[in-house]
Amino acid sequence: MRHHIILRVVAKLSIPFIMLYALYVQFHGDFGPGGGFQAGVIFGAAFILYALIFGLDNALKVAPMNVVTFFISIGLLLYAGVGVAALFYGGQFLDYGVLASDSVSGQHLGILLVELGVGITVAAVMIAIFFTFADRGR
Amino acid sequence: MINIVLLAFLAIISLAIVRIRNLFAVVMLGGIYSLLMASIFVILDAVDVAFTEVAVGAGISTILMLGTLALTTSREKIPMHTPLLPLIVTFITGAMLVYGTWDIPAFGDASAPANLHVAPYYLERSMVETGVPNVVTAVLASYRGYDTLGELTVIFTAGIGVLLLLGRRRETPASASEQKVAASGGTGRSDPGKETASDDGGSASKGSAT
Repeated sequence: MRHHIILRVVAKLSIPFIMLYALYVQFHGDFGPGGGFQAGVIFGAAFILYALIFGLDNALKVAPMNVVTFFISIGLLLYAGVGVAALFYGGQFLDYGVLASDSVSGQHLGILLVELGVGITVAAVMIAIFFTFADRGR
Repeated sequence: MINIVLLAFLAIISLAIVRIRNLFAVVMLGGIYSLLMASIFVILDAVDVAFTEVAVGAGISTILMLGTLALTTSREKIPMHTPLLPLIVTFITGAMLVYGTWDIPAFGDASAPANLHVAPYYLERSMVETGVPNVVTAVLASYRGYDTLGELTVIFTAGIGVLLLLGRRRETPASASEQKVAASGGTGRSDPGKETASDDGGSASKGSAT
């Protein structure tokens, strides 16, 4: 696909907006439709589009495989870590109410962090799966 | 009306998926199926589900299926057995499902069990307790946080599984020694001293590779 100039230009233009939209879906999930899962998939799609247009080697320079696998576990650890942090603050596992001074803002903080963890892991898993498939095909 | 049109399209696409042997077209039709399904979810006011269906069903899984087709062939093999047994199984399952729908309460019925159990509590209290206007997010991330943690673990496990199964194979000491024996034209009966030597070589090459 390296010689298709229209694809290259359009992809280059749209990838930043795809990522920005993913962040919007991620952090606006509390107020509108969306959340960590959808945001992670959209964010991963930006990397997949890059890999499709510019080739796997260039994509691996942007997101090396060991970094991607690192983020796979970071997201899950963040989710579980919020639960454990709630334990240390004297609540129950994944009971976010104790994370901040009052219960409602604690819940809000917990939901935000947990959704972020979901987004990170989903995006990293999608990127990793696609890169693995594409790597097999060479 | 729009429901009937969408459902008719779904039925046509399913029949086409069954009939067509070109897997590339089948993958594309699967993406269209997901998109139509998402439209139905939007009509049912399940925007979050529709969002997920579009992103995962029509987007990522189509890409992954195309990646799989690049590894295999894009023509489906002609089946050797007769389609009679699968047809009977499908008919019985479908008949049982249709029979099951007879007892389902009408759509939007306020006295349905699903609307009486915990749903009123979530609708009334989620804004007060979590301060999150989107009830779906509040339920998924807070009230049902354990479930979502489990879902995330499933995705994590799936990713790890794909990496383990399909990831680039590292040179293990055993396979390296096998290759060495094969390359040197060995008879396959290597003495222990040679084996340890090739083992060392294998681990050394592994170290340099990583």
